[in-house]
Amino acid sequence: MSGWETVIGLEIHAQLATRSKIFSGSATAYGAPPNAQASLVDLGYPGVLPVLNGAAVRMAVKLGLAIGATIAPVSIFARKNYFYPDLPKGYQISQYELPIVARGSLDIVLDDGTVKRVGITRAHLEEDAGKSLHEGLPGMTGVDLNRAGTPLVEIVSEPELRSAKEAVAYMKKMHTLVRYLEICDGNMQEGSFRCDANVSVRKSGATKFGTRAEIKNLNSFRFIERAINYEVARQIELLEGGGTVVQETRLYDPDKGETRSMRSKEEANDYRYFPDPDLLPVVLDAAFIESVRATLPELPDQKAARLGSQYGLSAYDAGVLTASRELADYYEAVVRAAPADAKLAANWVMGELCAALNKESLEVGAARVGPAALGGLMRKISDQTVSGNVAKIVFASMWSSGASAETVIEQQGLRQITDSGEIERLIDEVMAANPKQLAEYRSGKDKLFGFFVGQVMKATGGKANPAQLNELLKKKLSG
Amino acid sequence: MSELHHMGLTELAAGLRARRFSSVELAEVFLGRIEASQPALNAFISVTREQALADAAAADRILAAGTGGALTGVPIAHKDLFCTQGVRTTCGSRMLGNFVSPYDATVVAKLKAAGAVMLGKTNMDEFAMGSSNETSFFGPVKNPWDPRLVPGGSSGGSAAAVAARLVPGATATDTGGSIRQPAALCGITGLKPTYGRVSRYGMVAFASSLDQGGTLTASAADAALMLREMAGFDPKDSTSVEREVPDYVAALGAPLEGLKIGLLREFFDKGLEPANEQRIREALKVYESLGARLTEVSLPNLPLSVPVYYVVAPAECSSNLARFDGVRYGHRCENPRDLMDLYRRSRGEGFGAEVKRRVMTGTYVLSAGYYDAYYLKAQRVRQLISADFTRAFESVDVVMGPTTPTPAFALGAKTSDPITMYLNDIYTIGANLAGLPGVSVPCGFVGELPVGLQIVGPHFSEARLLNAAHAYQGATDWHTRIPRGFA
Repeated sequence: MSGWETVIGLEIHAQLATRSKIFSGSATAYGAPPNAQASLVDLGYPGVLPVLNGAAVRMAVKLGLAIGATIAPVSIFARKNYFYPDLPKGYQISQYELPIVARGSLDIVLDDGTVKRVGITRAHLEEDAGKSLHEGLPGMTGVDLNRAGTPLVEIVSEPELRSAKEAVAYMKKMHTLVRYLEICDGNMQEGSFRCDANVSVRKSGATKFGTRAEIKNLNSFRFIERAINYEVARQIELLEGGGTVVQETRLYDPDKGETRSMRSKEEANDYRYFPDPDLLPVVLDAAFIESVRATLPELPDQKAARLGSQYGLSAYDAGVLTASRELADYYEAVVRAAPADAKLAANWVMGELCAALNKESLEVGAARVGPAALGGLMRKISDQTVSGNVAKIVFASMWSSGASAETVIEQQGLRQITDSGEIERLIDEVMAANPKQLAEYRSGKDKLFGFFVGQVMKATGGKANPAQLNELLKKKLSG
Repeated sequence: MSELHHMGLTELAAGLRARRFSSVELAEVFLGRIEASQPALNAFISVTREQALADAAAADRILAAGTGGALTGVPIAHKDLFCTQGVRTTCGSRMLGNFVSPYDATVVAKLKAAGAVMLGKTNMDEFAMGSSNETSFFGPVKNPWDPRLVPGGSSGGSAAAVAARLVPGATATDTGGSIRQPAALCGITGLKPTYGRVSRYGMVAFASSLDQGGTLTASAADAALMLREMAGFDPKDSTSVEREVPDYVAALGAPLEGLKIGLLREFFDKGLEPANEQRIREALKVYESLGARLTEVSLPNLPLSVPVYYVVAPAECSSNLARFDGVRYGHRCENPRDLMDLYRRSRGEGFGAEVKRRVMTGTYVLSAGYYDAYYLKAQRVRQLISADFTRAFESVDVVMGPTTPTPAFALGAKTSDPITMYLNDIYTIGANLAGLPGVSVPCGFVGELPVGLQIVGPHFSEARLLNAAHAYQGATDWHTRIPRGFA
């Protein structure tokens, strides 16, 4: 694929975490029986009118402020007209010419550690459509309008992403941000956070963009990466074979791992946008915007920078720990319980804790070892009550029993052996039991040092203080 | 005591409170008149006799307890585009021929709360698109003054019903003149309030930025009473205005001394029938005799109002009517082959020719490549027309002129030429484009046909308009004339 450059822009749809819909009082909770959460307004009954949910406006403004964007003093809702059974009014209320948020940016970290600033063209408010259902309805189509009218913010990036990896990094960063802001639950399986990817390729060095294809409705980070990579390869192959890319909408099929055409530009709808006469322009004054700004939490980048400087963490570690607000909060709670062990705590949170969570698909909030308990274990490591390796055994036991580090160590006798007389005695036993290895070591086979460490550790059940053991063993072996 | 059906809303409400007659008695009288007139006028799409009598009986119990509201027991009718819970709401269309609304429009609920008793739903042009009531799926309404003529539209059923005294008052809506024009052609008082004065919630939308609910009554005093109960901010309608509703009834009777009336130069043009003009000039003389001063004003952009309207209104209607797709309610074609067939046939069968014409026009003017040239330009001209009115109201209190260029015309006379039909609204559309209140009052006859005087004022000047109309009606008796055969 050398000689080609990939150009990607993402349109992210984030469902706003309001209790009621954007233009009606219906609940937005996921999973209700079909049409149980569809009011007359959601059903598009004759004569009903939309009334804007102020909470959705606050959330969009919050996002705008977090990406350093301009908040429009006046924004306008427009109707996007098209016919579809899951669109009860025959139009979607969206924003077109005057969106509520314009010109922001988001920083992502590339593989080589450099930071790339991705421009965000705009973010606008709109209502979601319902869902067509086919399962269990042979020869028919069912319509579930529970989702119709759910508030969405559509975040449109500039075409500045240059690889599938960058696209995923940007999507992940936005995912982190919306959850920090508590404006979206980020649940990708339920469709709360999804994107359309506009993908094109051009010859390296070319200044004009190639013709793009839009891949619709990608709802997992893995699918985004695979769909883009497939699409890029498809376009390059097409162009290198002398063909041309058609501007069209494509769907990603995760089972086959390929994208396929949905409709071409010629068949595309003319949405006939025009300002919705049922809704007044949204007018926001500086006082309102400032009142929203006052509710902004510490943002991921700010938190990462602070964690870096406050606890001496690497940029990478700080980035991992701040990928979610909950994880960062957990980490800081561990540090509060073990203030002297911030770096150690970082390794443990990113390592053992995350591994244990992943194994059971748990959220941080559901961790079976709380931050105070993990802090207790950190203290046991740093005061040499247990070694790092034994601490892993202690942690596993804490995870399953819910007991404190102290209790586990005492009950299972895992306290580290730091009595040098005891360690020396064990070394003597091991040396006596392995004369052949001892002779080889003394004749220059240094590699056997590890063998002796292992043997002594085995004899102590792993409890010997590793540093002390190394020192004493070295002395004894060299005779 | 004069006959019950000769009394207006105000007098009936007072009579009910004084227990001179009962609500059931009234309902029986008016229901009898409605049913007897139906073959000749076709003013109603639904008559809700049973419910009306039950409601009237309930009203009588309330009146007996002395706890009634302003309209307790007074019979009224609703134009059939106000949603009424449990009662069919057709919009004059086959599309909604089977539609029973699960909720009440805010206007319906407010009038119900004030105690009014609904007798039925009145005929109208399909989806309020028309100026003659000939586009109704349920057949045309006839003008009570001459059944060979149209009653005007789109609120032709409400206007004919009030003119023939089938009900003392009816709700109506006005998008381009649909209250004022039929009021003029039927010889009654029609009030279109300021855009945002009356909630649009539950009023099936034609053109959302122009539609406004209002009243058709015999007199301005009755309109004042009815509007007072209908108007007000509605949290369910974002375009309704949060502004106190004055007591329009209490405001009646103020002297007109010094009222500055602007004569709209553009309204006295060559399109105006000389006989109609004469009636208007005579009405203006009455105003002068009441102490008002006349000056001429010009609204130079007003002649563009018809083309502007016929871009903006169809654009909005093309979108508003998209929900009628045969999926959730309303007409659905038999055995659709697929989704596209369902849409095509349900809409093709459900809508009449005029609705289709406007949906097509609206779709066209909003299409990519045409939007700027039509829709955007029309909106700009709309602003200019609005600005013309604002400038005029710097020097005058109200403007006056004819409501229509001619008296009622023959059924079928203009159906083959939409443009001639559209031009019948030439004097009324301006107020809709600018969101202004307007009232049409009867001001004499050309032959045996009534003529309407139109009064338009600044935003939220309903009290001023009604007072001016009421003063005129104190000096004349045109509004008390009842068509032969309905006296």
